[in-house]
Parts: sequence; structure tokens; C-alpha cells
Amino acid sequence: MATEYFNEMYEAGAVRAPYARLEDWTRAMPAEFRQMKQAEAEALFRRIGITFAVYGEGGDPDRLIPFDMFPRVFTQSEWRRLERGVKQRARALNAFLLDVYGRGEIIRAGRIPARLVYQNEAYERAAAGFIPPRGVYSHIVGVDLVRTGPDDFFVLEDNCRTPSGVSYMLENREIMMRMFPALFRENRIEPVDGYPDLLRRTLASVAPAKCGGEPTVVILTPGHFNSAYYEHSFLADLMGVELVEGADLFVEGGFVWMRTTEGPKRVDVIYRRIDDAFLDPLCFRPESMLGVPGLMDVYRSGGVTICSAPGSGVADDKAIYTYVPEMIRFYLGEEPVLQNVPTWQCGRTDDLKYVVENLCDLVVKEVHGSGGYGMLVGPRSTSEQIEGFRARLLADPGNYIAQPTLALSTTPTFVNEGIAPRHVDLRPYCLVGERVELVPGGLTRVALTEGSLVVNSSQGGGVKDTWVLAE
Amino acid sequence: MLSRTADNLYWIARYMERAETTARLLEVGARIALMPSAGHGYRNEWDSLLRASGTAAGFAQKYGDPVQRNIESYLFFDRDNPSSVASCIERARENARIVRTALTTQVWDALNTAYQEMRQLERTARSELELTQITEWTMRQAAMMRGAIDATMLRNDGYDFLGLGYALERADSTARLMDVKYYVLLPRVDFVGSGLDNYQWQTLLRAMSAHRAFHWAYGGDITAGKIAHFLILNPQCPRSLVTATSAAMGHLDRLARGYGHHTSAQQRSHAMLAALMETTVEDIFDEGLHDFLSRFVREVGELTVLVHDAYLSGEAR
Repeated sequence: MATEYFNEMYEAGAVRAPYARLEDWTRAMPAEFRQMKQAEAEALFRRIGITFAVYGEGGDPDRLIPFDMFPRVFTQSEWRRLERGVKQRARALNAFLLDVYGRGEIIRAGRIPARLVYQNEAYERAAAGFIPPRGVYSHIVGVDLVRTGPDDFFVLEDNCRTPSGVSYMLENREIMMRMFPALFRENRIEPVDGYPDLLRRTLASVAPAKCGGEPTVVILTPGHFNSAYYEHSFLADLMGVELVEGADLFVEGGFVWMRTTEGPKRVDVIYRRIDDAFLDPLCFRPESMLGVPGLMDVYRSGGVTICSAPGSGVADDKAIYTYVPEMIRFYLGEEPVLQNVPTWQCGRTDDLKYVVENLCDLVVKEVHGSGGYGMLVGPRSTSEQIEGFRARLLADPGNYIAQPTLALSTTPTFVNEGIAPRHVDLRPYCLVGERVELVPGGLTRVALTEGSLVVNSSQGGGVKDTWVLAE
Repeated sequence: MLSRTADNLYWIARYMERAETTARLLEVGARIALMPSAGHGYRNEWDSLLRASGTAAGFAQKYGDPVQRNIESYLFFDRDNPSSVASCIERARENARIVRTALTTQVWDALNTAYQEMRQLERTARSELELTQITEWTMRQAAMMRGAIDATMLRNDGYDFLGLGYALERADSTARLMDVKYYVLLPRVDFVGSGLDNYQWQTLLRAMSAHRAFHWAYGGDITAGKIAHFLILNPQCPRSLVTATSAAMGHLDRLARGYGHHTSAQQRSHAMLAALMETTVEDIFDEGLHDFLSRFVREVGELTVLVHDAYLSGEAR
């Protein structure tokens, strides 16, 4: 199958404008120098401690996500369009959440089937009827985008709960600036280092009404064995807030308190990096050791804000995803700026029939899956793999969705043999509080294996610095 | 500061100091074992060493008789021994990873490097490792860590919790190291004052890197009285009980001032220091060195409980 992939640097043999200066940069770079820089980057990552801890699999528990030094570049006008699209989506998703935990207008209007919402595992009954401060549920929306042509961007999925990876966006930039200062003088690149401050302000802006004065914000982590622990501690440090575990918090007198060396201190906003199910053992899982007993009562009585709000997951479900363009029209009265990937719901008989007949051309994913696990990339699978998958699919069709295999764009990437095109995606991080904000940049993930379309770090993916050029 | 963060900092320091103590114990043991010890062989000496480090039961269960090579493994590499150098460094590093942002890059570097090098040592064939090599390596890592803390950490409450960990662990370990001497001598009281007796005292001084310092401070012959004075009562000696107690008190005072309220841990540390200041070497030998040291170790234990209640448990109001 000879698919033409859009190369973000070269188009019809010519260098596209945003990459013009990078061509000189790579041409002037001898291989030994590049290897030296690559080693330097790795040493910096290790030194700073950005590792991705993987326990229980043997080997080095502190792994690095491979970092590719070749930046990915957007022009200002490309970015403006993406920004508009991402913010639009973030607003629509929040409007949807406010609606489905309230009157459910979109369901009454017949635009989304009630079953998909109220029977959804991620729908949190404990959250129904409660309106969080400013009506915001998902305060950090990570939108996964892919590109197939100069003007063609598709949303692969939305992440409304606790999208991770933003520390890589920040660190990749830090390291590039340290290693190649000249590049940053030649190219006028929009900064991303305002993100932690924007995040802190966003979180503070949704403090509960009962909070008088400067709100106390904390990040709630499952603990140091979590693979994203580094990111949690990194963000806490840059925002100047405490990083707490469940056991550091307790509930008393209708408020949440943290245990400090100077006695209890009241907490107003919790940016949680744990799942709903582990928030409060009294409300969700009684056997959970991670949560804070009584937290949900305080939340519902307006004593503390939880970000993202419990129940936000219902908006980023892969089955709900299909309806996001509809949400944008319904709540905002706008046409979607970013396209959805056409999606077949395997739970529907007609769709399932089509999917089963075309497995070798499709990408099939679990509705609740993530991390690139449990998915089938038809064109890149053997017939045994496809047959095996077909059996699983037919056993539980409702658990799967299918999409056409997109011709993901490529960007030049340093590989052993020199420079070669590799497929990429993009995750910008949209902040929603008093205002909707987006720093100009995001996390570019790159599939380092030749021909691979799967960019997840658990499947051999790496990361790149992502540039937005100033006008 | 979160109580848990304070607790992590405190334990980073305790584990690093403990790693160093274990290495020093190993060095004492190896030196004493080099002496022809009038009849009881090295078995008793190594045994006393295990008892002083509080690991005798664990060792006996795993290896049975104290054989030097096994003891070396047990005290340096064995993860089943919570006080082994490897266990201590690993735990110190894990505690540091949790509170990574409360440490400076230099402190993290020092500790992380120690950990990475230790993993390297673990992969090295034992026949290529001399005992002195690994004990000196440990002391060097511990010194790098302290140097980094001293040179780069902000003097805030976090610094005091690190300092408190070091001081309390050191108070405890100096007392325990001295007790090794007691155990070694116990079977034959008539050795007191003999050449062997003095040799053992000197070995103890060496293990505390205090051999030269002692001569500078006292001159003349080495006597049990002088050494006891040096290691217990002399504020010039960096590892003496009085120095460690006074350091703990200093950190508790600073914390109380910074937080604006007094704690019973602080009161207790003042009382302990005052008692030490009034003690003479004669008092100590009248009480019996072993009894004195045991009592001191117990008091340090009580003080650590008070510190825990006041700051680390998160239960204080």
C-alpha cells in the first residue's frame, strides 16, 4: 500500500517556510556533533530527574522517554487556527459536562443518546446536580491531534480528566534552549514557560466561594510509585504548591486540611492526578488506600474544588467523542474548527458489519483503552493478528470503535542513519478557569520506529520540542 | 511544610548517616580481626559487631555462624538487612526522589550518583572488591552528600529536618560504635589496660576518623578515660555524643523559633545536653560504660519519638 504522507518540512521537493532555517542547521551539523548533543540531552534529562518510572517490569526503574532533537514547527497562522479549534472544543466539552450533570438539554433535544451518557461507566452519579465553581468541570483539556495535510487537522481524542505529558513540553524546550541557544536567536519562537503560572492562576480562579483570601492549591498524587510522579512533583515545584498524597489530607468541620509541620492547613483547590474511583473511599471504593475519606461531602458542600471535577471522564469517552462536533453546534452555535475522525461504533449492527469486513484497513480501539494498548492497526498487522482481534471484537463489539487509518504527517527525525521522516501527533494543553487559555505549543510525540503510526511512549514513541513561530 | 516531606528529609539524613556507620563498623571489625586476639579468634569480635549494629539476629537466621565474608556481604550489600549500606543508600535515594523538589540539584546529584555507583558495585565481582575500598567509598559518598547540603541548601525548616536526622542518627551510632568495644572486652576484664586493649581503642578512633584528632586534642598515652571523654563529652569532637546532642538541640531550637511554638522534643534535648555537660568521665565509669551508653541510646530513642510526634506524624495541632 503506497500511501502518500504529508511531510511537514518538505513539500514537492521544497522546504516549507517554517522549517527554512532548520535546513541550514541540520546541513551544518556533523554526525559526531549530533551524537555528542544527543548524549548531552540524555545526561540533562537524567540529571534533572525526568524519568518515567516503571516499577515491577525489571530493568532500570528510571527510564527516559527518547527525546528527538529535531523540533516540530508551526507557523503563527497554523497555530491560530489550532488554538481556535482547541479552545472551542474545551468550551463545548465543559458545556456538555455542565449540561449532563444538570438538566441534560442535549439529550432531551435528541442530539446524543441518553444511554451513552447515563449508562456510561464514567458518569458519576455522586456529581449530579452539583455545579462546580464557574461551572467548569475539566480544567485541563488535552486534545490529541494529528495532521494529514497542510490544512487538515483531525482530533483523535479528548482528554478531560488528567492529561499527562505537559512536563515534557516544558522540559523539551528547556533542554533545546540550553543546547542550541543560536537556534532560538535565529528563529523567533513563542515561549511556553508561562504554563505553570497560568495553571496556578486557572486553579486559583476556581476556588470555592467559602475560600476567603488567597486560595491554597495542592496537587494530589497517587504517590512516588506512579509512573507520572515526576510530572506531579515538577508541576508542584514550578507552581510553588504542595504535592500531597491522600494520607496527607483529612476532612474536618466541612473542610479539607493538610498535615504540616505547623499543624493543619486548609486546602481550597485540589488538582488531582488520581482517578475518580480513588478520591474518596467513603463514596467510591471502600478498599482504596489512596483517597481522602469524606472528601466528596466537602466537595458537594462547596468546601473544596476538585480539578478536574469528579465525573469529567464522561466527556472524553471514545463513544461520546463522535458527538463532540454536535456539542459544538448545540452549545456554542458554531461550526467545528477541527475535524473529527470518522468513527464506527462497533456496538451498532451496521457499523460492526462494515468494520468486520474492512479490518485490514482500519484502526480499532477499545472504548476505554489508552496508552496504545489493546488496539489493532489493520494495515500494519499480520492476518493472524487480525483474525485474533476479530474474535475479541465479535465477543464484545460494544467495547470497540473503529476509525480509518489516517495518513499521519511526518516530520524529520534524527535516526541512526541520519535524518528520516517519522509520524507525529500533537497534544496541546488547554486551561479552563475564569478564562480559557492555551500556551503556544504542546507535546509532539513521534513514532520512532520506521513506518509505525503508534506514538505512545509505551510502544516505542519519543518526544520533540514543538515550536510556534512568532509573526 | 508537609509533615510527610519533613519526614522524608529526616530519613534521607538518617539513612545516609546509617550507611556511613555501617561502613565504619565494618572497618572496625576488619581491623580488630587482623589482631591475634588471645584465644577467642575473630568470631566473637564479628559477633559483637553485629550485635552493636542491631543485626545479629537477622544475620544468624540467614547465615548461621559469623564468617567474615558473609558479614561483609550482609553489612554492605544485603537488601534483607535494613541497615546494610546498600539498603540505606537505596532508601535514602527513594526518600529523596519523593521530595526531589525540596532538595537542590547538587544534593540530588550527590545522592543519585551514590546510588548509581552502588548499583555498579553490586555488579562487580566480589573478588575484585577490597573491604577498605567499599568502606572508603561509602564514607566518600556520605561526605559528598553532607558537603552538598552544607554548600547549597537554603537554611529553612527543610534544612533543619535534614540536620535533625543526621544529629540523632549520629548520637545513636557513636554510642553504638563505642559499645562494640564493650562487647569485645566483656569476656576478659583482665585485658583492660593491656596492649591489646589500647590497640582496640585506637581502632575505634580510626573507625571514627578521629585518630589524629585525638592526639591533637589530648597528647600522651591513649587511655580509656581520655577516649571516653573525647567521644562522649568533648564538644570539639565532631562525632561525640555532646556534639550530636547539641546539634539536635540547635535544629529543634531553630524550628521552634521559625514556627513560633515550643515542643517537648526541644525541652528534652535541652535536658539531655545539660545532663551531659555535668557528667564527668568518672561518673561514666562509675555507672559502667555499657550501662551509660545503653541509657543514652534509650534517651535518643525517646527524643526521636518526641520529634516524630511534634513534626513528622502530622497529628500535632
